[in-house]
Amino acid sequence: MANIETLNTTAAASDAVAPKLGEGPRGARPRPALSGRNIMLYGTLIVAALYYLLPLYVMVVTSLKGMPEIRLGNIFSPPMEITFEPWVKAWAEACTGLNCDGLSRGFWNSVRITVPSVIISIAIASVNGYALANWRFKGSELFFSILIIGAFIPYQVMIYPIVIILREIGIYGTLTGLVIVHSIFGMPILTLLFRNYFVSLPEELFKAARVDGAGFWQIFLKIMLPMSLPIFVVAMILQVTGIWNDFLFGVVFTRPDTYPMTVQLNNIVNSVQGVKEYNVNMAATILTGLVPLIVYFVSGRLFVRGIAAGAVKG
Amino acid sequence: MNMNSSVSNASVSIKDLSLNFGSVSVLKDLNLDINDGEFLVLLGSSGCGKSTLLNCIAGLLDASEGQIFIKGKNVTWEEPKDRGIGMVFQSYALYPQMTVEKNLSFGLRVAKVPQAEIDKRVARAAEILQIQPLLKRKPAELSGGQRQRVAIGRALVRDVDVFLFDEPLSNLDAKLRSELRVEIKRLHQSLENTMIYVTHDQIEALTLADRIAIMKSGIIQQLDDPTTIYNRPRNLFVAGFIGSPSMNFLRGELIQSGDGIAFTANGVNFSLAGYDASETLQPGRKVVLGVRPEHIKVNENTGGEEHDATVDIEEPMGADNLLWLKHAGHTMSVRVNGARRFNVGAKVKLSFDMTVASVFDAESELRL
Repeated sequence: MANIETLNTTAAASDAVAPKLGEGPRGARPRPALSGRNIMLYGTLIVAALYYLLPLYVMVVTSLKGMPEIRLGNIFSPPMEITFEPWVKAWAEACTGLNCDGLSRGFWNSVRITVPSVIISIAIASVNGYALANWRFKGSELFFSILIIGAFIPYQVMIYPIVIILREIGIYGTLTGLVIVHSIFGMPILTLLFRNYFVSLPEELFKAARVDGAGFWQIFLKIMLPMSLPIFVVAMILQVTGIWNDFLFGVVFTRPDTYPMTVQLNNIVNSVQGVKEYNVNMAATILTGLVPLIVYFVSGRLFVRGIAAGAVKG
Repeated sequence: MNMNSSVSNASVSIKDLSLNFGSVSVLKDLNLDINDGEFLVLLGSSGCGKSTLLNCIAGLLDASEGQIFIKGKNVTWEEPKDRGIGMVFQSYALYPQMTVEKNLSFGLRVAKVPQAEIDKRVARAAEILQIQPLLKRKPAELSGGQRQRVAIGRALVRDVDVFLFDEPLSNLDAKLRSELRVEIKRLHQSLENTMIYVTHDQIEALTLADRIAIMKSGIIQQLDDPTTIYNRPRNLFVAGFIGSPSMNFLRGELIQSGDGIAFTANGVNFSLAGYDASETLQPGRKVVLGVRPEHIKVNENTGGEEHDATVDIEEPMGADNLLWLKHAGHTMSVRVNGARRFNVGAKVKLSFDMTVASVFDAESELRL
C-alpha cells in the first residue's frame, strides 16, 4: 500500500489534498442485505404475493378434497385424501339445465369463439393501425378519433341494437354472430394499440421501403410485420383473455347449446338444485381460468416487452 | 438564383414548387435546376425546408404547387419508385430483420428482377463499398459506418439516376464522418451520378458540393459553387451562416474619404480600397461590413491602413490560433497561424484585406 501511496503522491505532488489519497472508502459502496430498506421492500412484496396467492391456494386445495372433508370447515388445511373426482365431474359430468356433459361443451364453444375472434380482430386492427400510422389520408385523424370514442361507449348501450341487427341478418344465437360481435368490439382498443406501435417505428424505414418500390401490402407484410412480434403478442393476450373471460356477450348472443365456458361455469356454480358441491365448483372455476393463465405464463415476457416498446425508442 | 427555363439538359428540375402543411408554408415558389452529374448540397439550419425539398424530389411528400422534372420527365405525380431515385437516410433505415444482402436486394426483389441479375448487382455494389464480408450479417451486427455504407449500397444496386442523401453522416462520430465524407466524394467521382445531399454541416457542404444551395425558411438564399458562397455571399444570412467562426460584422456607414470611399463605424474609418465593387458604393449609405477572421492580419506590417486592438481571449486550436479582439467597441475574431501566440491584453495592430471583404446594405441585407 505504501508504494502505491507514494506513487499517487508524486503524481499529484502539487495538489494539497494529494497525501490523503489512498485513505478512506474506495470501490463500491457496501450494501447490507438486511437493511431497513430491503426489509420494507421485500416484506411488502411477500405480503402482497401471499394476499393474491391465498385464494388460489384455497381453490386448489378444496378442489382436491371430497365433500365430507369440506364439511369439516377447515378451508386452509391441505387435503387428507387427494381425489380428482371433482375435476372429472366438473369437466365431463356436471349438469346445467338439460345438458349433463360438464364444462367440456362450454370449453369447445369458447375455443370456437375465441380463436376466430382473436385472429379476425387482430388481422383487421393491425392493418387499420398500420394504415392510420403510415398512410395518412384525408380525414384519417377524424376516423381515428371516432374509433377511439368507440372504446369509451359502455357495451350495455349497444346490446339491444346488436341483438336486432344479428336477428335481421339471421345469425342471432349462433357462434358466427358472437365472433363478429367480439371482432367489432375489439377494434377500437386494438387499432389504438397497433397505431401507436407503428407510429413508434422509425418513419425513415417506411420511406426507405417506398423508395425501394414496395407497396401498401408489401411494406406491411415484409417490413412491418417482422418487426411487430411483441405488439402482436400483447394484442393476442388482450383478446384471448378478454374474449375468453367475456360473460355478457356470451349470455346475450348465444343459446344454451352454444354457451361459452364462462356462462356454463356460472350455471354450474349458481345451480340452486341439490347440494352445493364446492369442490366441483372450485375445479370448474380453475379449469375456466386456465386458458388465460397459460397464455400469460407462456408469453408474459413478450407481453412486458410489447407494453414497454412504445415508451422507449430503441 | 438559377432560373433556367429549359429542362432538357438538367438532371433534376424544380419549377415553382410550393409546399404547405395546413396553413404553414414550408417551401415557397422554389426553382432549382441541377445539372447532370452534379453534386448539389442543400444547406441550412433545421426547419429551413431542406429535408422537405428532398422528400418532395423523392416523391415521399406531395407538392402543393409546382412541378418536378427528373431527366426531363415530369414526375410530379409519380410514385417514388418510378422516379429513378435512390435515397440514403440519416438513421440508415435498414430493414432490421433482413441480412445485408437482403437489404440490398429488397428493391430488386420487389421489382421482380431475375435472381442472376440481382446477384450480379449486389456483388458489384458490395465491391464498390467494400462490404462483401458483411453480406450475411444483420444490421444490428454492424457499426454505424458499415450501416451507412449498406444504406448507400441499397441506392447503388437499383441503378438510379439521382442519389438523394438526407443528412447521411449526422449520426456518425466525427472521425467516421470525415472518412465517409471522402468516400461519398470518391463514389461521386467514379459513378458520376447526380447527387443531392442535405446537411446542416457547412464543412460537408463546402467539401462535397459542386454547388451549394443555402436555404432559409423555405427559400433558396444563394445557389453557387462553394468558393463563391464563401467569398462572395449574396446576403447577410449566407455570410453569417457559412464560416466558423462566423464572419465579423461591423455596422456603420459609407463616407467619402479623399479620392476613395471608406467605411466608418464608432468613429473609426476603414478604407475600402480594393473592394471589388467599390464604384457602386455611395457615401451616406448605412451598411454592414463583413470580414472573415482569416482576412484580418495581426502585426504584419502590410504598409496599408492599420488599426489598434487588444487581445481579449485566445483560443488555440492546433493548426490555427483564434483570437478574440476588442477594437473600437467591437469584438472581432481573427484567425492566425497556430504557432503565433499572444498574451491576453496585448496591444496589436490589425490590417484588413478589403479585396475579400463583403459590404451589405443595412436594410435589404444584400451584398453591394
